[in-house]
Amino acid sequence: MKRRDFFRKSVGAGIVTGVAMQMGGYRKLWGRTSRRVLPVDLVAIRGGEPDVMFDRGIEALGGMKAFVKSGQTVLVKPNIGWDVIPERAANTNPLTVKRIVEHCLAAGAKQVYVFDNTIDEMSRCYKNSGIEKAVKDAGGKMVPGHIENYYQEVAIPQGQRLKSTKVHELVLESDVFINVPVMKSHSSTRLSLAMKNLMGVVWDRRYWHSNDLHQCIADYTTFEKKPHLNVVDAYNALMRNGPRGVSKSDVANMKSMLISTDMVAIDAAATKMFGQEPGTVGYIRKADEMKIGTMDLDNLEIKRISI
Amino acid sequence: MKLSHLKKMRVIISLVFLLATTIVFLDYRNLIPEKLISGIVYLQFVPSLLKFINLLSITILGFIVVTLLTFFFGRVYCSTVCPLGILQDLVSWISRKFKKKKNRHYQYAQPHNILRYSLLGLSIVVFLFGSVFVITLLDPYSNFGRIMTYFGKPAVVLANNGISSILEKFDIFSLYPVQLINIPFVVMAFPIALLILVLWLSVTKGRLYCNTVCPVGALLGLVSKIAIFRIIIDESKCTKCSLCAKVCKSSCINFKETEVDFSRCVGCYNCLTVCPTDAVKYTSQPFRNALKNRRRKEKIVKSASVKGSGGPDLGKRNFVKGSLAYILGLAGISLAQDKPVNKNPTEVPEEKEFPVSPPGSLSLENFNDNCTACTLCVSACPTYVLQPSILQYGLAGIMQPHMDYHVGYCNYDCTICADICPTGAILPVVLEEKQLVQLGIAQFIKENCIVHTDKTDCGACSEVCPTKSCHMVPYEDTLVIPEVLEETCIGCGACEFACPTTPFKAIYVDGKDTHQVAEKPAEEELEVPEGDDWPF
Repeated sequence: MKRRDFFRKSVGAGIVTGVAMQMGGYRKLWGRTSRRVLPVDLVAIRGGEPDVMFDRGIEALGGMKAFVKSGQTVLVKPNIGWDVIPERAANTNPLTVKRIVEHCLAAGAKQVYVFDNTIDEMSRCYKNSGIEKAVKDAGGKMVPGHIENYYQEVAIPQGQRLKSTKVHELVLESDVFINVPVMKSHSSTRLSLAMKNLMGVVWDRRYWHSNDLHQCIADYTTFEKKPHLNVVDAYNALMRNGPRGVSKSDVANMKSMLISTDMVAIDAAATKMFGQEPGTVGYIRKADEMKIGTMDLDNLEIKRISI
Repeated sequence: MKLSHLKKMRVIISLVFLLATTIVFLDYRNLIPEKLISGIVYLQFVPSLLKFINLLSITILGFIVVTLLTFFFGRVYCSTVCPLGILQDLVSWISRKFKKKKNRHYQYAQPHNILRYSLLGLSIVVFLFGSVFVITLLDPYSNFGRIMTYFGKPAVVLANNGISSILEKFDIFSLYPVQLINIPFVVMAFPIALLILVLWLSVTKGRLYCNTVCPVGALLGLVSKIAIFRIIIDESKCTKCSLCAKVCKSSCINFKETEVDFSRCVGCYNCLTVCPTDAVKYTSQPFRNALKNRRRKEKIVKSASVKGSGGPDLGKRNFVKGSLAYILGLAGISLAQDKPVNKNPTEVPEEKEFPVSPPGSLSLENFNDNCTACTLCVSACPTYVLQPSILQYGLAGIMQPHMDYHVGYCNYDCTICADICPTGAILPVVLEEKQLVQLGIAQFIKENCIVHTDKTDCGACSEVCPTKSCHMVPYEDTLVIPEVLEETCIGCGACEFACPTTPFKAIYVDGKDTHQVAEKPAEEELEVPEGDDWPF
């Protein structure tokens, strides 16, 4: 599939496309998926198990069919960065991931792919996070993300510091992109949420770290293959010592979940759940200024669900 | 039991051992349980002996079993357990398929006893002076391990990567590509030279390596001089047909004198199967007589002509050339790593007083004194942090693995190297203890840090720290900068690996010559925001 199919399609689409690809990378090939006008901007759910909360939340947004059409390929990108067990909340809850994959398949997805450019050794992360099993049980596919060959150089035309970066081909090739971070504290960016989770789809993270990390995170959100849906998993939240955590004592069982198409808004809401102001988190403020979304929650339609 | 069955048994057992030992080194996905790995290498003589000397524990019986076997039956180890020996058998067996019939035979040769016992003596003396350096260079198991780790594993990984890239086109990801780490040529030079030597000797002279260079062969040879069961030639039955000598890989059968130099016999039992008159016997009965006979005849020294290898053999040459090209080719191939780009190159060099040895090795001394660089741990390490050293431990420690934090970092929840180390250089350590073993301490160089030089947040080091000993503290404006809490730092190297600055890192681990016990990170109660109201 993938690269091969992709090239086949490109050739079919004619020379112009080919030239465009040569010159401008992948980005000219995608028009923005037209986003449906959703009933609400942000859904906040609390009090249930991860799967139940997602069921209720996605229902409030019109069901998964609002995002996934029959025959489409879907990329679900949880945080699987660490070789720790689910109770440590350094990775997205496996049950959350499982339920999302199930919803995508039920909506008619042709295939649901899951990967992360893990920080600890990949196979250990996939296994010990419980996500590999969860995805397989749900009928999705785990894809590796640990080798540079999977990553394609793309231009970030609106980036201020990040002008180009190498992105996993699944981000470029999947029809639908669902971003599923876990809610975590973070020692350098303060909080790791939806926007920060996208660092797991790129290869050259060290460049980000050494070239104004907050700006790079904000810059990347201007790339046109944005998540179509963001789910912040706060069933267990890593309240301190993030992003890896040191022990279970760092974890709060918040039994919460946020769902939105707006990365900035969802990050702003999660920041408030930490008792912090969104404007104090560099990348959220920058992304708000760059009009990627809004951190002004007062003007958003928010649906709050208690289970 | 008919004696001819002995050879069949030997061949089967040896292939099982060779296969198992090879797979252990090629297991790039860590699929084999650590206990099984330990079991497979349990009988390897040198590692077992070193571990026994180190621990004085009766659970380490591998070398005793081998010694007893030798005392009873001769050097059966050499033809069934020793992977380098069996590899030689395999190579000479294959090479003989390509030789003309008349060149396929072995023939009796005088032993090179001076060289043989000098090397054994040198190994022992240097060891008694506290260094395993000579043993490291000569031990057949360790050499086999290095050959497999440096050349065998990369070949398997390349094959895996080729196949997995094809499978991916069909949406199958169960075989995923695996990273290849460059091994410095300096480190590969010795194993390459040794491999060439061993291959060449096995093609031309059978087991000459085992009877001249190998200290284990020499030592077990001494034991087998007094072995109970031994191979002898019954003079009354022998027709001097020379068949036994022609199949003897050790060139230790002097059929003219109806003598067998049992100290050089590797117990392949080929001679037993070919003798047409059953004159070659494997028996304990005429033990004393045979011994007497031998002593009497030793007085008559006869030089046996050693046939040269003749004219140049192009096939052989090409084979060597091809192998070399292949090996050199492998060295150059590796998958690209992150290319860190910081605007201003860092200026303060890292100053490491000590290298870092793996958790469980207790101290540099214990590690250096017991590691024969078989590199089983290098092969098994899931994060590739264990890499063969060049001069980190000094010249005598060349090839002994060290923690290379520019390649990877020690996984917090992993004890594989300690679980499988056969020599006791890395001793078993339970996970809870391992997580408190302080291999070294992280050193922060503020002048190199992005936060200081660029005035932007970074914190890559702190993110990956499993104990949060590298934590972020307020710096200028809203910035945060790393600070190391030495009490809880275990020296796993995650911070050093993650630090993006070049050419010098802003944080690095300086090793401890003796590992310490770190404090456990404090677990404070968490204040959870209460209430049912959403904060937005």
